[in-house]
Amino acid sequence: MPRFTFAKVDRRTILKGAGLAAAAQIASPFVIAARGESPVRIGMVDPITGVYAAPAGNEVIGAKFAVEQMNAKGGILGRQVELLIEDSANDVGIGVQKARKLIERDQVDFVIGDVNSGIAAAIAQVTSEKKVLHIVSGGHTDTITGKDCHWNVYRVCNTTRMEANSVADLLYNKYGKKWHFITPDYAFGHTLYDACVADLKKLGGSVTGNELTPLGTTDFSAYLIKARAANPEVLILLVQGSDMVNCLKQIVQFGLNKQMHVAGTQQELESLEGLPPEARIGIWMFEWYWKQPDVPHVAEFVAEVRKRNGGKVPTARHWFGYTSAMSFALVANREKTLDAVKLARALGDFELPPEVKLQPNKCYYRAGDHQLMTSAFVGEAVSTGKDDPEDLFRVDSVVAGDKTAPPVADTGCTLQWPA
Amino acid sequence: MTQLLLFNVTNGLIIGAFYVLMALGLSLILNLSNVINFAHGGFLVIGGYVAYTLTPYLGFWGALLLAPPLTAVIGIAVERVLIRPLYGRDPLYSLLLTFGLAFIIEDGTRFIWGAQGKPVTIPAFLAQPLSSEFFFITGYRLFMVIFVVAAVALLFVLLRYTRLGIRIRAGTLDLETVAALGVNVRMLRTLNFAVGIFLAGLSGVLAAGQLGLEPTMGTGLLMPSFIAIIVGGVGSLTGTLLGGLAIGVASGVTAVFFPAASEAVMYVLMAVVLLVRPRGLLGEEGMLT
Amino acid sequence: MSAEPLPDASRERLRRLAILAAIWLALLLAPYWMIPLGGYTALATRVLVLGLAAMSVNFLLGFTGVLSFGHAAYFGLGAYGAGLALKFVAPSTPLSLLLGMLLGGAAGAILGALIVRRRGVYFAMVTIAFGQVFYYIAFQWSSLTGGDDGLRGFARQPLDFGLFRIDILSDANAFYYFVVACFALAVAVMGFILRSPFGRTMIAIRENERRARFLGIPVERHIWIAFTLSCFFMGFAGALYALVNNFADPRGLHYSQSGDFVMMAVMGGMRSFWGPLLGAAVFVVLQDYVSSVTVNWMSFVGLLFVLVVLFFPRGLLGFVRPRGPA
Repeated sequence: MPRFTFAKVDRRTILKGAGLAAAAQIASPFVIAARGESPVRIGMVDPITGVYAAPAGNEVIGAKFAVEQMNAKGGILGRQVELLIEDSANDVGIGVQKARKLIERDQVDFVIGDVNSGIAAAIAQVTSEKKVLHIVSGGHTDTITGKDCHWNVYRVCNTTRMEANSVADLLYNKYGKKWHFITPDYAFGHTLYDACVADLKKLGGSVTGNELTPLGTTDFSAYLIKARAANPEVLILLVQGSDMVNCLKQIVQFGLNKQMHVAGTQQELESLEGLPPEARIGIWMFEWYWKQPDVPHVAEFVAEVRKRNGGKVPTARHWFGYTSAMSFALVANREKTLDAVKLARALGDFELPPEVKLQPNKCYYRAGDHQLMTSAFVGEAVSTGKDDPEDLFRVDSVVAGDKTAPPVADTGCTLQWPA
Repeated sequence: MTQLLLFNVTNGLIIGAFYVLMALGLSLILNLSNVINFAHGGFLVIGGYVAYTLTPYLGFWGALLLAPPLTAVIGIAVERVLIRPLYGRDPLYSLLLTFGLAFIIEDGTRFIWGAQGKPVTIPAFLAQPLSSEFFFITGYRLFMVIFVVAAVALLFVLLRYTRLGIRIRAGTLDLETVAALGVNVRMLRTLNFAVGIFLAGLSGVLAAGQLGLEPTMGTGLLMPSFIAIIVGGVGSLTGTLLGGLAIGVASGVTAVFFPAASEAVMYVLMAVVLLVRPRGLLGEEGMLT
Repeated sequence: MSAEPLPDASRERLRRLAILAAIWLALLLAPYWMIPLGGYTALATRVLVLGLAAMSVNFLLGFTGVLSFGHAAYFGLGAYGAGLALKFVAPSTPLSLLLGMLLGGAAGAILGALIVRRRGVYFAMVTIAFGQVFYYIAFQWSSLTGGDDGLRGFARQPLDFGLFRIDILSDANAFYYFVVACFALAVAVMGFILRSPFGRTMIAIRENERRARFLGIPVERHIWIAFTLSCFFMGFAGALYALVNNFADPRGLHYSQSGDFVMMAVMGGMRSFWGPLLGAAVFVVLQDYVSSVTVNWMSFVGLLFVLVVLFFPRGLLGFVRPRGPA
């Protein structure tokens, strides 16, 4: 008589039971969805875990708020809207997999994502293959609305060319003609550097040097030593996120900000809040800023998002997520269709209404390259907010998007529409 | 050029000092218990966040004093519950467990304190450079180096002259005999782990002053610690000390000439050492093979 | 002992054939039974590719007893090899697979020679560190690899057999079956090697290295060959992965990816041939499901690691052991 039969059957049964339970769990959402009218689904892929967790999380909050608002107004084409959020975990393989999951299994009508430009580009390949309208909320690499543009892909956040163009004149005229760069060593950094240098050269300035720093550099001292030795008038920081925080902290500790002006292009409220007050310095551009007292609808938006954001003000990232989701609703309701090709065509030159654009200038998606012509908020960082602890940026000017963006012909984008 | 070079060598030593602190903790745990603590970076992050939480009540100095021991206490709990069952087993298991633990710590810190970086302020008198000439030697970095030197010295005194230290050193060489001599090996391992985590927590507090404090802070600092141990020689703490300084200097100097390779140069150094002297600078042959 | 209806050995053979048949049936019909369960074909493809990688790691870990925690490097190299081949050499899927495999295997051969004398903890640390070297090269050499943005601009090409074409680019099911075919090929070779005298020697080394040495077996050379072979398999799996994503990126080389593979092998059962595939299925499906449900999925995955190590070190298939003589 075999000895272990009883024990083995027991374990096998347990495993089988567990398998069935798991299958039931996975299958149940489908059982529920089969009943009732199916909602319109927006899929969102963002790196909610990993180094970009903070901006990604904020984009998600913005998008959720948008969906709440649109549902209160009747949804899209009279149907309620459902936002499905997937974590790309800052990994391309997972991002692509989640995009396929959202499209193939969950049958989403629209896709938003990703903060990581590389993943955004990879997802764009999937969405254009599957013919799903896709808005890139927070990935900045120029090629998304440049040489790798797709008919179904639009982008909300600025391109690096736009960012450089928005600050170059101010920095040259007011702060100095000799610039030294600290550039993150990846595509975003390189294109941003090229854009800044092009502008600088046109104005007649000079580059004293460029420190290419690997992504994730924690100690910038070696690069700052070189920067100091080059004796520039303006130190341009192109690094972002935690690299920006580390670099600024060290610049201030080294006292470099007393010897040269510190500036850059893109700055974010998330980074400024992660810095100690004495390190909140420099001239930057924000892609959107919450304190706009003269612009209608902004105060309500800020108040509403505060309720959903633990009392904190919305950042540009919230606005990216909000605008991306809202754009789908607006264009679909106007065109009275969910057809991706029709909507993609309609979104070209689509102008955002005041309650969505939340900025003083005209804000629209350019038809030629599918880039949102959104304004640049140029100003200076403030170490402690006067009336509000989060008012850490003084906006000096708001430059319209179509003034900072290069002409379509220069972007390298040629759109190929399906037959 | 020589001035630039000199600056960068000095700067490299400062960077290296920090790596040394991390690597020593890792080395201690590895030598005695044969455990590769993949969660070491996670404990660094915990140390930083604990200090951040304590600072409003105790100030910078209070937090600096209290955060490492608190982190060590967490370390003791982890050791007793999770790591103890794995002694004597294939090192694969402790690797996998600490690997999973690192995930939990990263997610946990993000859950408790949020994904956004936290601002950490250091005392104003430290946040100044020593002189405009040596601007990269700020009071804080000098303080950090002094602290590391003190910590390392204390560690060596602990290992050389206290009973605990002698037992740890003996245990590294022959744990079986130590046990046979009546020493409570379990307690020894726990305390050893605690010392290692104390150093990790201390690294975290010091790092938070210089870097942005966020949940993913620890991962980038783990690899250099490994390399420091391999370069210096597994099993030798002095070797780890030298290894940490070596990679700090190598990295700092490379950043001058070839910045893209400033991280990679550490690995190149490691590869060279492995080819020329496989047991590391001061490693002992046959130590953990 | 009461009389058995069939002799033990034949029952064993029958049992094994039945299991094999069940596995292949499940794999071949996956696109059909997965959908009603809330799965999707791309998920199954991912499970197969990562499963193959886990089996390659296990080739070394479970069957030779050598722990390499940096094996993802060869996986990533395979991915880049395939991508670069498709981008710069020729738009041919089979060629990309071949070149990816060769790149992974060659790197493994070279590095293996360097580290083969080390064992245990030291060997593991060294493999981690060397794996990271490749990660940094992929990260930094952005002009070739695209750096942090990854290698883009290539896609798997339809298979042209002259008389008919199989469009593995847009047809998810067709691509899945293509991957099944590749998987079958790799697994057949792997099984063949394990059953050969060389494979037996590997197991002998795992069981008792010293004794194997006394028997005159050139242990270092065998380990080096095993290491290289597993890297070839890893490269192949990596090349397939590049085809799944139409993308190659540095994170595929990172030690955390290696950790995932080792976990899949352990979770499924290191001593079993098919264990890692099961481990991969559980891991991938679990991660896919949990990450959609909660933002704290990392804690769950980490918890899974901890629980498996503490309570199920022999893995799922460690429970299901062939009955030996009582």
